[in-house]
Amino acid sequence: MSVLITISEMFNTTLVFSTALIFAALGGLISEKSGVINIGLEGLMIAGAFASAVAVIFAEDAKLGGASPWLGLIAGVLFGILFALIHAVSSITFRANQVVTGVVVNFLALGITVYLVKLIFGTGETRTLHHVFTKIHVPGLSEIPVLGKALFVAYPTTYLALLLVGVVYYVLYKTPFGLRLRAVGEHPGAVDTIGVNVNRLRYIAVLLSGALAGLGGATITLTTTSNFAHNSISGQGFIALAAMIFGKWNPVGAMCAALFFGIAQALKNQIQLFPFADQIPTEFIFMLPYALTILVLIGAVGRAHPPSALGEAYYPGKR
Amino acid sequence: MIDWKRWFIKDNAAIPLLAILSGLLFGAFVMLLGGFNPIDAYSHLFRNVFGSPYDFGETIRQVTPLIFTGLSVAFAFRAGLFNIGAEGQFVMGMTGASIVGVLLEAPWYIHAPLALAGGALLAGLWGGLAGFLKARWGINEVITTIMLNWMALYLSNYIVRAFLLEPKQQRTYLIHDSAKTSMAWLSELFGSARVHWGIFFALLAAVLCYAFLWKTGQGLELRAVGHNPHAAQYAGMNVKRNVTKAMFIGGVFAGLGGAFEILGVFHYQVIASASPGLGFDGIAVALLGGNHPLGVVLAALLFGSLSYGSAGMSFGADVPPEIIRIIIGSVIFFVASPGIIRWAMGLFARNRKRKEVA
Repeated sequence: MSVLITISEMFNTTLVFSTALIFAALGGLISEKSGVINIGLEGLMIAGAFASAVAVIFAEDAKLGGASPWLGLIAGVLFGILFALIHAVSSITFRANQVVTGVVVNFLALGITVYLVKLIFGTGETRTLHHVFTKIHVPGLSEIPVLGKALFVAYPTTYLALLLVGVVYYVLYKTPFGLRLRAVGEHPGAVDTIGVNVNRLRYIAVLLSGALAGLGGATITLTTTSNFAHNSISGQGFIALAAMIFGKWNPVGAMCAALFFGIAQALKNQIQLFPFADQIPTEFIFMLPYALTILVLIGAVGRAHPPSALGEAYYPGKR
Repeated sequence: MIDWKRWFIKDNAAIPLLAILSGLLFGAFVMLLGGFNPIDAYSHLFRNVFGSPYDFGETIRQVTPLIFTGLSVAFAFRAGLFNIGAEGQFVMGMTGASIVGVLLEAPWYIHAPLALAGGALLAGLWGGLAGFLKARWGINEVITTIMLNWMALYLSNYIVRAFLLEPKQQRTYLIHDSAKTSMAWLSELFGSARVHWGIFFALLAAVLCYAFLWKTGQGLELRAVGHNPHAAQYAGMNVKRNVTKAMFIGGVFAGLGGAFEILGVFHYQVIASASPGLGFDGIAVALLGGNHPLGVVLAALLFGSLSYGSAGMSFGADVPPEIIRIIIGSVIFFVASPGIIRWAMGLFARNRKRKEVA
């Protein structure tokens, strides 16, 4: 029985860690499906994390109470879009190298947010937020032994993330909009000939990616760190990027990759509770998630195929 | 004689210079918005870089590792690989140098080169591993290098803690004097700033990088693989071997940067909670420098002096040093989107014409 409880706890931790990764990986996926590389996920997450913390603080001061974290979530989305706009304008309109502009987003996001925090609050990090998300006990379902604790006691953002995986999958593969979006990433010239505005679609995709990555960043502020500092986001954006590639540019695949990474992190936490863990240097336990990822990739069969036109700026009229 | 005017107009120099100017202007704008005096801030920045021999020497120290990591990223880029792993390779370079520097005892003419080689080799293997994983199993190097960055941090912490730790400290024993690459006379010249042999090796590495890529057959092969792996394969080149080789050499560059930080600057390695970030900055340096060795050196000079100068700016004018990230980010933005500058120049030209007509 205790093993079952351990597993159920482990799964619970997994969901907390994976939620932000799922959001950001979905964001990266939408952008890359339309043919725009998005290495700026880290920066977009930073923007979201920052905006949500600031919004919650202002909302708390305005005595908005329980609505604060939701406002924070919205602010995170808006700021993610704002920074994604930098990426979109330079890489789509001005046809700059997409990798370069992604790096620019990472640079500007960290610089601007920490600068603003220092201007607004006079210190390097925000105060601790009081109104953050709490875990929801789904009525009835959370009473189920083992399974209930594992799956039905979670933050609202987790359910939102899982829901969005379905939505993104449906939109990409079952709607005309999704078909066009994917076609733009594979062969923009062909889509242009049937009268679709390639660059407009790419703009939509990149801005959506900013919204989703911003959600991811806000999730970290509102469920994990409870404040914003320069190191609130430390590499999660890059891990999300890896999850997207690992998941072969497929929403469900990206979710599985994010969950896998969450499990590896949770495993790290659980192993340390066992007596035999004393024999293993902690550094090796810390390495586990990263080493496991590489090992799984070696075992994974088949190569991933990125969208064909990924990284290419589109010149209207080019066939 | 060079026709300077034509050279300038042909975008070669105009775009980067205008980009730097635009970046500085944008930074000034952001400072104004925050209620700071940009002229005061920039003069403090300038003074902190060129104000005293010591500061100038420390600026060179700051530039040195950026040249190495910039070359690492640029070299891999030329072979069509995105080396996000310069960070981890840099850390492995530090660790390799610490191991040899602390555990070995030898005359300086053996010890220092051996310590450098140790760092370079360990980092080269670390980079080469990502290359091998790509060549053998087709695993995207972006994923593996991200993972290897974290693993490098923890592995080096383990090595420091288990084998090199000075009792009651959070760092290794000091490396032996014979392994140090500090230059006493140069340091004295610069008011005991920590200038070391690294800067000369960094410049040499840039020259070698250029010569290898553009003047040798192997370099041609590497660039061909980067340009079009299918065509290269068809022409009888071994794509897989080239991928591994490019990542190995990229790792060596980053590793030398890390090794020099230990041997020339700090003389010990600490147990770190996060990696130093110089490898990630190398990505920006490489992109800013157009993935060309000469560009990398110039970009590292700009990047290094701005980030060293930022300390003076925050002390002297009370401006948060984060402004430097904003400036560097916008400089890269303008360099990468010459269209924006041309567009702005076009607007300017059109306005002037309109005025002339009126």
